[in-house]
Amino acid sequence: MASTIHIQVKRQDGPDKSARFETFDIDYEPGMNCTTLLQRIAATPVTTDGKQTSPVAYDACCLEEICGACTMVVNGKVRQACTALVDDLIKESPDLITLAPMTKFSTVRDLVVDRRRMFESLKRVSAWVELDDYSDRGASALVRPEDQEEAYPMSRCMTCGCCVEACPQFNEKSDFLGPQAITQAIMFNEHPVGGMTATKRLTALMEPGGIADCGNAQACVEVCPKEVPLLRGLAKAGRQTTLHAIKSFLSK
Amino acid sequence: MADQKVVVIGGGLAGLACSMQLAESGTKVQLVSLVPVKRSHSVCAQGGINAVNDSTRKEGDSEYLHLDDTVYGGDFLANQPPIKEMCDWGPGIIDLLDRMGVPFNRTVEGHRDQRRFGGTMFKRTAFAGATTGQQLIYALDEQVRFWESKGSIEKFEYYDFLGPVLDDKGVCRGAVIQNLFDMQVRTLPADVLVLATGGCGLVFGRSTMSMVCSGSACARVHRAGVGYANGEFIQVHPTAIPGTDKLRLMSESARGEGGRVWVPKKPGDDRDPVNIPTDERYYFLEERYPKYGNLVPRDIATREIFSVCVEQGLSVEQDKLCVYLDVSELPPTTLHKLDGILEIYEKFQGVNPREVPMKIFPAVHYSMGGLWVDFEKNEQTGGLVKGSVRNQHTSVPGIFAIGEADYQYHGANRLGANSLLSCIFTGMFVAPSLRNYLAGLSEGTAADQPASLYEKAAADHMAEHEALRNMSGPENPYHLHNELGDVMTRNCTVIRHNQPLTETVEKIIELIDRYKSIGLADQGGWTNQNLIFARSLADMLLLARNIAQGALQRDECRGAHEKPDFRIPAPDADSPAELHKQAKEWCKAFKTKNDKWLKTTVAEYSADGPKMKYEPVDLSLVPVRPRTYGLKGAEVIEQVWQEMTAGDADSSKPVATK
Ligand SMILES: Cc1cc2nc3c(=O)[nH]c(=O)nc-3n(C[C@H](O)[C@H](O)[C@H](O)COP(=O)(O)OP(=O)(O)OC[C@H]3O[C@@H](n4cnc5c(N)ncnc54)[C@H](O)[C@@H]3O)c2cc1C
Ligand code: SF4
Ligand code: SF4
Ligand code: FES
Repeated sequence: MASTIHIQVKRQDGPDKSARFETFDIDYEPGMNCTTLLQRIAATPVTTDGKQTSPVAYDACCLEEICGACTMVVNGKVRQACTALVDDLIKESPDLITLAPMTKFSTVRDLVVDRRRMFESLKRVSAWVELDDYSDRGASALVRPEDQEEAYPMSRCMTCGCCVEACPQFNEKSDFLGPQAITQAIMFNEHPVGGMTATKRLTALMEPGGIADCGNAQACVEVCPKEVPLLRGLAKAGRQTTLHAIKSFLSK
Repeated sequence: MADQKVVVIGGGLAGLACSMQLAESGTKVQLVSLVPVKRSHSVCAQGGINAVNDSTRKEGDSEYLHLDDTVYGGDFLANQPPIKEMCDWGPGIIDLLDRMGVPFNRTVEGHRDQRRFGGTMFKRTAFAGATTGQQLIYALDEQVRFWESKGSIEKFEYYDFLGPVLDDKGVCRGAVIQNLFDMQVRTLPADVLVLATGGCGLVFGRSTMSMVCSGSACARVHRAGVGYANGEFIQVHPTAIPGTDKLRLMSESARGEGGRVWVPKKPGDDRDPVNIPTDERYYFLEERYPKYGNLVPRDIATREIFSVCVEQGLSVEQDKLCVYLDVSELPPTTLHKLDGILEIYEKFQGVNPREVPMKIFPAVHYSMGGLWVDFEKNEQTGGLVKGSVRNQHTSVPGIFAIGEADYQYHGANRLGANSLLSCIFTGMFVAPSLRNYLAGLSEGTAADQPASLYEKAAADHMAEHEALRNMSGPENPYHLHNELGDVMTRNCTVIRHNQPLTETVEKIIELIDRYKSIGLADQGGWTNQNLIFARSLADMLLLARNIAQGALQRDECRGAHEKPDFRIPAPDADSPAELHKQAKEWCKAFKTKNDKWLKTTVAEYSADGPKMKYEPVDLSLVPVRPRTYGLKGAEVIEQVWQEMTAGDADSSKPVATK
């Protein structure tokens, strides 16, 4: 096992600054992941050629792939830094681990990007169940276990951004909602109470940037760390909007 | 009151519950968080959330028994009226979460499925797979987003809370916050500030908590005068896996679903665990605690792991506290409910726990202590007066605290799956109190304060920021943090002794001193994470001192705070008469200890170290009784204790019975 890990980090001091690369050597420890590498760099920010630099800025919180904060491009593949284990990365690329920010969002600094757009998309599709109030109204209806098994995997989406990073249709110029927000819209349409406001969501999905922008390349589902059933979501969005369009046409 | 608003710091379950409840009742909210609220530490919660439910009721369960388990599990160190109110609210909270669309697991018939957690005999815990916290926070996050789209809630994500703004009478008039990207400092004028900023696991270096759990926000209001209570009570969870950056939890739900803890009977047995036959395995929790089995309260499970590993030398890994947690014999349908955590194990350890027993270790997990808050008891119900401005109110007027950040609900040891409940409960329950506080303000509001109050607050913090940014001494803040984590983990966790605790306090004082000559590797003015971390280190040092000092002063064993030098020796006689005599002695010693130590520690801030005060605990509902899980002669002790307290009307008669 290598005793020193070589890491190359794509760095950028701010949104309008130019990018550069810096490499670091870090002592290997068993079980290391990329967030540990970044912690080690923060503690001793000295590059391979001995130059003192600033700690690398990055986003991370849970360190166990549940919060979605630490998404970045590791060895060319978008994923969470906290579950990108050094032992596996060395197998992929023995000489160098590369860390770079996602490309579909503007860079704030180094590996930190601005993903607010993903949260805004959730607003566009009304990704919530609208309740009368928060008072105690007793138990809700029974739920079939099969329906829970359908909803739960969709509900695991942690807004991490891997899918939109991989999606050819999603970029800074388009206003495509992206597979994550579309699938969330479908999840709420299928909820017994959420479904009552389905029209609102379907309307949003039919607007520019909606489901019609999906080119069906299926790149998104390959990279989703939580195995969110994106294809099911996208397919249902297609069907539900078509049906909705026919219905509104007939009732004119 | 029209333009009055509430500033909520922290968007975990507690902060989100509070924000949505306020928005619904028409109060505007500004919600501040270091991370996008959806990424708050609450996402990590795995196992579930407790409440009495229809199926436990059929077995005789009640809100009173939930209160009793919570109080007993917490070794009586908690005011009982708030816990009563929380347990009463439990069933309604779960129903509400269900209405919001939380995908709780279901039974064949479509009811919510429930599992058993530690410290109770009832299956009170509702769950969504093994990622319950994630599912709950998403539901609340969605509600808050709904209100945000209506303009009732304004979010400030990627902001660090720097401190409260207090007027010349010491009343809170707002908050100072700093943007983590452009580092601009600004103030949010408001008459109510709610701290919902979670726990402080980072004080111990690595823990099961997230990277933002430094306790910084609590420390910052503590410095401004809010008491810090029961800091020494830190929960060490029995089952986690160590990592280079974090200790990852293997939830109690693994045991709730039937997982078993064991070690090989033979010391140093290096066979593959799957090849060790059952009769050569020591299922020590099941053997020592026949009633609760693997689901004893956490403090007890953790100490037993310490005992089999250190005292009996049966650890699975030399020089470590390591035992097996075995789910490999559970049926696939049961394992499926645990997928969320089994995936974590498999990902990080590279071993499939569905086939091979997991190697697990204790890890710092939860802060029972936190900001001191008040409450008002409802004499009729024994619970709280709804809407009382005293509820969740800290010692500084206008500053309230909820969730893991407060100290109120878990005593000396938290029961599993009670925290998600206390977070959502306090968040919702405090809302009418905040509105009443706003309505009752007689002498002007934040809007009437001179602009200079806010300008000065911002300028002071900006000056501190500049001073910190320019520090260029030889000490490295990350290394100081490692040293702090090491000494705290070594001396201030499972087993505590006064000599090492004294050394710990001295070490912390040394670190505080060395902190004065730290140097920042980044002195820039844009997204300076180096600076944010260094600032929080000062806060961690402050809380560490409260924790260590509190532990040093408390000469007893209670819940998670275990000092072997102050144990009451367990009766060990074989003859009934002798046993009875010993039990009497035991009970006497127990009474003396409670007279002295059944008190809340409240640390007041001072520049040269905390000043400790001790406050009585409201025990008006569940009479104190010895916590005798697994103790030899438990029955005799309980009997003697009953005889001793029989005439004692105050402490033997429950006020609220159900
Ligand atoms: C791994 C794990 C599993 C758990 N499982 C369970 C379980 O199954 N059942 C259970 O009941 N409990 C469980 N717990 C405990 C429970 O998850 C926590 O106690 C609870 O989520 C805390 O919620 P909170 O709202 O108080 O704070 P958190 O969720 O910690 O949120 C704190 C908020 O404050 C913000 N914040 C902090 N400092 C600042 C600052 N300086 N400025 C601005 N914002 C700030 C953060 O950004 C965040 O939004 C678990 C804990 C862990 C560690
Ligand atoms: S299917 Fe293709 S185009 Fe559609 S969302 Fe996925 S990656 Fe994008
Ligand atoms: S769908 Fe998957 S990849 Fe996309 S944001 Fe959600 S969790 Fe990430
Ligand atoms: S830090 Fe939360 S997903 Fe990696």
